[in-house]
Amino acid sequence: MSIGAYEPVIGLEIHVQLRTQTKMFCGCPLSFGDPPNVHTCSVCLGLPGSLPVVNARAVHFGVMIGLALGSEIAERSLFHRKNYFYPDLPKGYQISQYDVPLCRGGRLGEVRIHRVHLEEDAAKLNHLGESGRIHGSDRSWVDFNRGGTPLVEIVTEPDIRSAEQAREWLTLLRTTLKTLGVSDVDMSQGSLRCDANVSVRPAGSAELGTKTELKNMNSFRFLERGVKAEIERQVRLLESGEPVVQETLHFDPASARLTPLRSKEEAHDYRYFPEPDLVPLVVTAEMRAAAGAEIPELPAERAGRFERELGLSADRARDFARRAELGDYFERALAEAGGPVAGDGAKGADGAPRAVDPVELANWIPQLVERIGSETDPADSKVAPRSLATLAAMVKAKEVSRDAARDVLTRLVQEGGDPRAVVEREGLGALGGEDQLVDVVDRAIASDPAAAEQVRAGNMKAIGPLVGYVMRETKGRADGKEVARLIRERVGAKS
Amino acid sequence: MSGELLELTAAAAGERVRAGELDPHELFEAYRERAAADDLGAFTWVADAPPATVPGDRPLAGVPLAVKDLFCTEGVPSQAGSRILEGYRPPYTATVVAKLADAGAPLLGKTNQDEFAMGSSNENSGFGPVLNPWDRGRVPGGSSGGSAAAVAAGLAPWAIGTDTGGSIRQPAALCGIVGLKPTYGACSRYGMIAFASSLDQAGPLTRDVTDAALLLRHMVGHDPCDSTSVEFPGEIATPRAEHLRGMRLGVPEELTAAGAGVEPGVRDSFEATLALAEELGAVVQQCRLPHAAHGLSAYYLIAPAEASANLARFDGVRYGLRADGDADLITMYSRTRAAGFGAEVKRRIMLGTYALSSGYYEAYYGSAQKVRTKISQDFNAAFEQFDFIVTPTSPWTAFELGAKTDDPLAMYLNDFCTVPMPLAGIPAISIPSGLANGLPVGFQLAGPAFSESRLLDAAYALEQAIGFDGRPARR
Amino acid sequence: MLDRDQVLHVARLARLELTDDEVERMAIELSNVLDHIERISELDLSGVPPTSHVLDVVGALRPDEPAPCLSPEAALASAPEPLEGGFGVPSPAT
Repeated sequence: MSIGAYEPVIGLEIHVQLRTQTKMFCGCPLSFGDPPNVHTCSVCLGLPGSLPVVNARAVHFGVMIGLALGSEIAERSLFHRKNYFYPDLPKGYQISQYDVPLCRGGRLGEVRIHRVHLEEDAAKLNHLGESGRIHGSDRSWVDFNRGGTPLVEIVTEPDIRSAEQAREWLTLLRTTLKTLGVSDVDMSQGSLRCDANVSVRPAGSAELGTKTELKNMNSFRFLERGVKAEIERQVRLLESGEPVVQETLHFDPASARLTPLRSKEEAHDYRYFPEPDLVPLVVTAEMRAAAGAEIPELPAERAGRFERELGLSADRARDFARRAELGDYFERALAEAGGPVAGDGAKGADGAPRAVDPVELANWIPQLVERIGSETDPADSKVAPRSLATLAAMVKAKEVSRDAARDVLTRLVQEGGDPRAVVEREGLGALGGEDQLVDVVDRAIASDPAAAEQVRAGNMKAIGPLVGYVMRETKGRADGKEVARLIRERVGAKS
Repeated sequence: MSGELLELTAAAAGERVRAGELDPHELFEAYRERAAADDLGAFTWVADAPPATVPGDRPLAGVPLAVKDLFCTEGVPSQAGSRILEGYRPPYTATVVAKLADAGAPLLGKTNQDEFAMGSSNENSGFGPVLNPWDRGRVPGGSSGGSAAAVAAGLAPWAIGTDTGGSIRQPAALCGIVGLKPTYGACSRYGMIAFASSLDQAGPLTRDVTDAALLLRHMVGHDPCDSTSVEFPGEIATPRAEHLRGMRLGVPEELTAAGAGVEPGVRDSFEATLALAEELGAVVQQCRLPHAAHGLSAYYLIAPAEASANLARFDGVRYGLRADGDADLITMYSRTRAAGFGAEVKRRIMLGTYALSSGYYEAYYGSAQKVRTKISQDFNAAFEQFDFIVTPTSPWTAFELGAKTDDPLAMYLNDFCTVPMPLAGIPAISIPSGLANGLPVGFQLAGPAFSESRLLDAAYALEQAIGFDGRPARR
Repeated sequence: MLDRDQVLHVARLARLELTDDEVERMAIELSNVLDHIERISELDLSGVPPTSHVLDVVGALRPDEPAPCLSPEAALASAPEPLEGGFGVPSPAT
């Protein structure tokens, strides 16, 4: 199978639960793990005679999202009824938006936005039976607490070209929405849900292949795996001369299998028509301004600021902006950098001398992430931001070697605490100067005269074992570069 | 209680209560007894006792009110005339009913109706037909047949119903009483079991125009629970006009011309009323509503389409009838709805579903919404020249039970004079204009949006001049 | 105009089980009604905007403030099959 001959074309359809106090069309509070049916009313139960009324704050959040994504906000949009029967849909239709949505167009990073609209969430259908899954259970029951929760649906253009990119971009979207404060965007809790439309085409072709819809991927990892599996499946099909059939697929991560979720007979005819119980939704200039005023610094801006004002590389800046927990930790560490640690004289944007060099500090964050795992928020680790800043400053000031600092970080991750104390306790401080080292260097040379002779002759590759000897003897406290320089000097190497 | 007191209009009874001459408790009990003895099928539920306190000191003076079955009344059966909701007791009360109770009109009983307000004869009820008190072999009209019959037969002093395509005005006409459909949005729809959301309006059915105005005054108003409700501009005035000088009445040829299908007796009564209007000083002229003739087509696409969605919630999951609960889900849905809905409701659900379905939307529902625009434009243009548009309310008097049940289309044709107004969202009132072959005839006036006060005033003047004092024989 | 298959398709969309007799009658009755309604296709409706809302009102919004809920007992009071604190139904097939 040669995936390279084919180009994946991926679009995402994201549903975001909004952090309003109440539901989209009624005043019931939103629920989190409450007993069933404690937050219902005539409206969200679909009782006869009930009528929906739009939640102003949900609209506000919708406009904020549209503005943050650079979309065009419709001054006037309509709600529509999307008609189908299912137990989690009390009215037998969902109130959503159809051909006159709240927002059109936009862009986030390298992916264009197709549309953004408001709608209500379905209720929760639970299943009795052995495995708790649909197959093999006889009865199900509905909990309407979730029904009516405000949702924003974001649909992208099919601009994504790999499963990895899908995951990365979704991370950026998540950070953006989290920054806006409009949602908890927690995939494990269902406040962020993502379906993918996947097709492939011969590389270089401009036509789109048949797409399939992937549902039920409830983590970033599953999204990436699911999309990857589907790309492979489609390529295998096409390579064996078979067509891709348009269908909806459910990804089961345990088995890495894709199963059709809906058979063709049940293809829905949603019979959309404008919701007669709601009047057109108007977004006034005041509403736009109010939404815009509440938008804080978004990832793109933050990345720019990291680059410009703190000197981070473009890639590092982007990474810290997209993964907000890293950016947040970084900025906190900078702010809390305490103590009269000698810096390199670099000044901050406000002209005040920095206690820690941002670039040096930035280097240590990936080191931290490596040790705690990429799924953990650094803020939840035992390494206080202030501690990491201190460690970075110490390295920059050559108070501790880079190698030794790595060791210190490992200990901080395990035990927490202050890096200075760890260095002192473990005796990991950098060796003061040449005098301390000369002794050890001489012993290294004496231990391996052959290597020493090579180095004297100008063969730098041979220096490895000698440096290694010194590092071991000094428990890594020496600075590698300094050791190599000293060895060359002591053997009288030809430069 | 003397029979004479039961002949009083609601307003008159109210005055007696306020004057201390009439005990509202006794008034309620007298009506309650009559309603409980109802043999017209007009009531589906009657209060089994007067309320603990009957509010004689409120504006409506404790005069009891009959309420169409589809208004949710907390703890009291609210079935919209359907078996699928048999015995259903909602946990809340419709805004309009609550407002009226608050204003002093306690709930006397729930009245029978065509199932989910679909019908023009009250023969589509899941709980039996309603009989016309003028002739028990004939229909009272629909869908608010129970409310109309109750008021006409003196079983209730006044009632409320709903009008989507004529369901207040037409039964009012067939029963010889007053019925008014307000401007769309004037009354809250919250708690009204929905038929067609963009057309439904609550309104009064009363013995005279004064009562209609009094009741309407306490029904209108913006409701935060209904996004489509608005604040009514000004207060509904007490009608007192004694003439129609300066009024211009337009008679649309499309609805009243010789070939339109109006029965001779109805036509005679209509023309006599026009002559009376002229005597009162009105100028009566022909007008044009070019698209009014297509009102029925537009109505019978829009209303069933909206209804097909509104009735999707009746699925046996959360309330109401459930059939075959042990079958698979789709079978449970399909059999529940088959068992619970009557033939007319099924027909309209099918029609509506079809009109919205993929490939047919533009030709049917989409086009109907455009026809609706044209009809609104027609009325707007007409109202630049005329104060009110007048027509017979119904093309014929009360027909016999069973006469039109074999042909749905024939039944739909009942509505051609009444459907254009809800399509345009404008108010219209029907007042009795006389008898034809011993059966009541209704005269309809329609006005621009929010013209209710002027409409009632004009209707009042005509009513006084007509002097209709017909009552079906009291039993 | 409306054949048996179309009637069955629409009945399925509407979740209405019809007897054979009803299917036959429905085909005729609906066809008759549609024949009459078809007249609107004679009209020139080009350029006419549809009326989705007859009221000239926009933007009815509600402040994001909690309102009283029904108790679970009240919510389930009319449930045909109360189950586990929720509304019991046959499990959907997939």
